Amino acid sequence: MNLSALEKLDRRWLFLLMGLLTLIPMFFPLGLAVKPTAPVIAFHDTIAKLPNGARILFAADFDPGSRPEMVPMMKTALRQLFDKRCRVVVTCLWQGGSGIVDETLEAVVAEYRAKGVELVYGRDYVDLGFKAGNEAVMVLMGAGFVSAFPQDQRANATASLPIMREIRDYSTVDLLVNIGAGYPGTKEWVQQVNSRFHLPMVAGCTAVSTPEFYPYLQSGQLKGLLGGMAGAAEYERLRNEKGSATRGMDAQSLAHVFVALCIVAGNVVHRAKPKGGRA
Amino acid sequence: MNVSHDLGIWVAALLTLFVFSFLYKDNPLYKFAEHLFVGVSAGYYIVLNFWTVVMPNLIDPLVRTFTGVDPVTHAKVVQVGGPFAGSIGDYRAWFLIPGILGVLLFVRLIGRGEWLSRWPLAVIIGVYAGLKTTGFAHGDLVAQVQASLQPLWTGDLWTSFNAIVFTVGLVTSLLFFFYSREHKGALGVAARTGIVFLMVSFGAGYGYTVMSRLSLLIGRFQFLIEDWLGIK
Repeated sequence: MNLSALEKLDRRWLFLLMGLLTLIPMFFPLGLAVKPTAPVIAFHDTIAKLPNGARILFAADFDPGSRPEMVPMMKTALRQLFDKRCRVVVTCLWQGGSGIVDETLEAVVAEYRAKGVELVYGRDYVDLGFKAGNEAVMVLMGAGFVSAFPQDQRANATASLPIMREIRDYSTVDLLVNIGAGYPGTKEWVQQVNSRFHLPMVAGCTAVSTPEFYPYLQSGQLKGLLGGMAGAAEYERLRNEKGSATRGMDAQSLAHVFVALCIVAGNVVHRAKPKGGRA
Repeated sequence: MNVSHDLGIWVAALLTLFVFSFLYKDNPLYKFAEHLFVGVSAGYYIVLNFWTVVMPNLIDPLVRTFTGVDPVTHAKVVQVGGPFAGSIGDYRAWFLIPGILGVLLFVRLIGRGEWLSRWPLAVIIGVYAGLKTTGFAHGDLVAQVQASLQPLWTGDLWTSFNAIVFTVGLVTSLLFFFYSREHKGALGVAARTGIVFLMVSFGAGYGYTVMSRLSLLIGRFQFLIEDWLGIK
């Protein structure tokens, strides 16, 4: 077999194949199995074990650049929390993220409204919006959420909101849920809040940063972990939802197989070359 | 099929296609999208920085302090103990100091007095070094060392096997980075074993990176198909 043809293959053919493998399953879903893994089950079960009406700090640290991974897991987590009538305080430490975080939160609240369940802003949930300062804000929040966020996303004085009289600082929070796409994110919340204030924490992160957080899971610092779109899809599976993460998993699986085949083919071609021809 | 009538979605969809066109070859449509993105991002973040960082964290508190009126609600603000009283929350005149330090950062743009910008930099570096060091010591060093000390035999075959693999991987990976002796003999064997574990971790990292990048591609395709073309 002449492998030199493969070596000279125009890479645009690979782009085309990758595009088709990603696109076709969106029109003709294969329904490949999505089996929840232990870190995702732990994420789900940690929330499931909370008492009804628990107080949650929901740190949503991402911007539109990581929307496909972050938004599905944020939506599913909010649904699980609101199903338990948890009171949720949402924060965002990413400057470009407060808009998409608020939009996602309100989209989930609108779903409940459509079902006849009224979630009242300021009583059941609040969006404190963006605050500049990264880790400094996390530490400042230990002295009181109101002092770190004097105003919420809608320019209300946070001290005037009923939910903020109950959820005042880390000692009044039952669980920290972080959906983070990078810096500041899961690592900083673990270092500055989970370790110092001993606040139980679960996290959802982009796939690219997932391997970095497995040690936190193994040490018990994180009670559960959602890694990228696959983690979001597994979480949706546990909640019997069919969101955008689940819909994207067929394409994800096919594309991964294709990348693996390309790596194998690249190595075969490289090995088959005469030694003198190698770089 | 229910094609969107939203102008914003059309702009986003066309710009997405312009960017994808680079995969065929560089072209003016891609260049247009690229330059537009850079320009709009720069402008957007400058405005965002002003309204979400400078205004609420510096200008508003100072206006509240020195005028006695809240610039957002226009309500009178009761100030007990004068503008420098620490007990009155976020409207403290002490914000003058970080304000001046912030202005000093821009002295770098002027030739003379460039050294003045080192003061705010020293404050920034000092604060973040302190926060990072204590955070790392709490969250990583102590907790991770503690979690690494696990019993090799737990009574359960599978968890014991995991613990042994973990410990061998940890020790041999650390030994790979021990360069004070040549990697020969037992140290060489351990270092080579460490490489295997490192390679596995790099492979996992690569796989997860591919997943992340594909998720972005899938997200764009979902946007084009569902939001733009309206195919559900």
